Amino acid sequence: MVHKAMRTEVRMDVLKKVPVREQDAKVRAANFEEVCLGYNKEEAMEEAGRCINCKNAQCIKGCPVAINIPGFIEKVKDGDIEAAYQVISASSALPAVCGRVCPQESQCEGKCIRGIKGEPVSIGKLERFVADWARENGIKPAGAKGKNGKKVAVIGSGPAGLTCAGDLAKMGYEVTIFEALHEAGGVLVYGIPEFRLPKEDVVAKEIENVKALGVKIETNVVVGKSVTIDELMEEEGFDAVFIGSGAGLPKFMGIPGEQANGVFSANEYLTRSNLMKAFDEKSTTPIMRGKKVAVVGGGNVAMDAARTALRLGAEVHIVYRRSEEELPARVEEVHHAKEEGIIFDLLTNPVEILADENGWVCGMTCVKMELGEPDESGRRRPVVKPGSEFVIEADTVIMSLGTSPNPLISSTTSGLETNKWKCIVADEEFGKTTKEGVYAGGDAVTGAATVILAMGAGKAGAKGIDEYLRNR
Amino acid sequence: MYKILEARELAANIFLMEVEAGRIAKRCEPGQFIIVRTDEEGERIPLTICDYDREKGTVTIVFQIVGAGTRRMARLKAGDYFQDFVGPLGCASEFVNEPLEGLIRKSILFVAGGVGTAPVYPQVKWLREKGVDADVIIGAKTKDLLILEKEMEEVAGNLYVTTDDGSYGRSGMVTQTIKDLVDEGKHYDVCVAIGPMIMMKFVCKMTKELQIPTVVSLNPIMVDGTGMCGACRVTVDGEVKFACVDGPEFDGHKVDFDQAMKRQQMYKTAEGRAALKEEEGDTHHGGCGNCS
Repeated sequence: MVHKAMRTEVRMDVLKKVPVREQDAKVRAANFEEVCLGYNKEEAMEEAGRCINCKNAQCIKGCPVAINIPGFIEKVKDGDIEAAYQVISASSALPAVCGRVCPQESQCEGKCIRGIKGEPVSIGKLERFVADWARENGIKPAGAKGKNGKKVAVIGSGPAGLTCAGDLAKMGYEVTIFEALHEAGGVLVYGIPEFRLPKEDVVAKEIENVKALGVKIETNVVVGKSVTIDELMEEEGFDAVFIGSGAGLPKFMGIPGEQANGVFSANEYLTRSNLMKAFDEKSTTPIMRGKKVAVVGGGNVAMDAARTALRLGAEVHIVYRRSEEELPARVEEVHHAKEEGIIFDLLTNPVEILADENGWVCGMTCVKMELGEPDESGRRRPVVKPGSEFVIEADTVIMSLGTSPNPLISSTTSGLETNKWKCIVADEEFGKTTKEGVYAGGDAVTGAATVILAMGAGKAGAKGIDEYLRNR
Repeated sequence: MYKILEARELAANIFLMEVEAGRIAKRCEPGQFIIVRTDEEGERIPLTICDYDREKGTVTIVFQIVGAGTRRMARLKAGDYFQDFVGPLGCASEFVNEPLEGLIRKSILFVAGGVGTAPVYPQVKWLREKGVDADVIIGAKTKDLLILEKEMEEVAGNLYVTTDDGSYGRSGMVTQTIKDLVDEGKHYDVCVAIGPMIMMKFVCKMTKELQIPTVVSLNPIMVDGTGMCGACRVTVDGEVKFACVDGPEFDGHKVDFDQAMKRQQMYKTAEGRAALKEEEGDTHHGGCGNCS
């Protein structure tokens, strides 16, 4: 006890977060183990002590699923982690996921009062600790009250679909999720790499929790192809449908040489590594183990692709047309990528991919950019520096330029309106679409965004569906 | 899990399997494909549908052993299960949505090469059920590798079989037979060619000269089969298309076959190619990167 008290006294700087342990950058650059090791109970309780339990808690307003953050932190402070878990799981179906991949700096932690004078409370790491502790100790979320006899179909088992399904099941609905791939989880499984989000220990376990609420998951059903929404409602007896099918279609640049062998979408590269387990030496799925990889783009997906390629043994360059300040990726991801040795070629834009006589990538012609006047997005528009052409040597190019929603569903569902970006039109509060009984949310509505925003939309959709079915 | 009701070897290393898949059998049309995964560690393998029985709720596939994944598939027997079986994917053949009055007046030629005979079969069968008789050419390397001859005979108008080595039927490549038929005075409004990439390329070269519009069915490298990965991208008429959602059938006169063939070699390393050649022996049918 004396030792603990002393330690606390020595370290305790209430303006700073309790540091979280991480795998050393040099070591982790060569493995797929998780980068961040998380808090232990002692560290979590210490960090929880930094929360001043604001009456008008701003952090809750910053959370898309409105978790009672001071409420759960209070329980952590008391050392009652099980109670803390029940507080979180009343609002979130995927706390172990969110504690890892949410952009807390721009949400809950961005609003934390502690952050005005020092560092905000490490809400994300605390959430992660609570969720991991609950899993390790076999604690399950509180279940459904009783069945109400109404059937809801949820399309897609990513963050939006899982959240919507979980919420509806808790309200007593009989929910079936239809998933196009052979494994449930959506982007959590095919997109985000193992070193950021362990699949077996974290994702699979949270999906099991959703199933434990009574949600059925049917894999290998491509809605729009295997069955249509109209058929689900008219022939299979579903009273309402939630579409959380994501934004799965990759964008390419449309520059010469893009069909050369060795040019991949980040989607393909990550799907091979994550869903098909190509990162694992024992897997039979092939993946390009390039020597020199150029990743085009500056978002979180670009960081994931780059850090995956690095772990597969390559020298990796991020090629981004604006400056570091405009990088859309989370600061933490950029920081991790740099620590691991990813090289950033900023203010650089590809104009052509070069291929050898057999059709394989051997380089990429780029131009240097400079920032001009702000464009409609408010970011300064990059313009080409005349005469700045140069060649980057590369045997693999990964295009990470964002994704758009898949038209498979919108094109096969009568009366479902989409906008000019092929996104399904749905209101924000309830996810209501232009078709009666059909609700939507997540990337399918907004275009590519974050896990937590999709979860927020899943919650809104569940609320909308409940309201609709109770008043019908 | 998807039960295999029937499994038999049609020819050396070419297998037919009938699989229980109710949702797919109910909705699939000629020209579409499925993706199959043998077990937890298996690859996702795309295969064009060979036949379907809506009442029985089954889908029939035909495949040739070309690598580790198909080798594992071939070990399964009737009564065993596939881990995953998803579809129907891609678009149906164009004629499926054509008004029947126009279709019935058309003279259609199908050209099937090797295992490509399997995806041609449901198209010819569909047309026969609608009262349209189509001519069919089946090309095989040699007599022993000829598949589905009897089945095709039952649904085709005229059936012409040719073998590269002359061991059965006519002698020579399918392009020779096309030319012979046209020289004999046959007229075709449209040609559908399905087989190895190299065959489709040369059929298209020939039909372009003969001015017969030609449809081909591509089977490029894929992962998800729903438009997500872009591995299957192919250039058609200067535009990039995804074979899984925009195809798999395209206007053969507009496909960039040279690029498509290069892309097929993507995951075949030098050592892989050598191993493939040894494994495949006489069944080798293109895609290795050395034979085109």
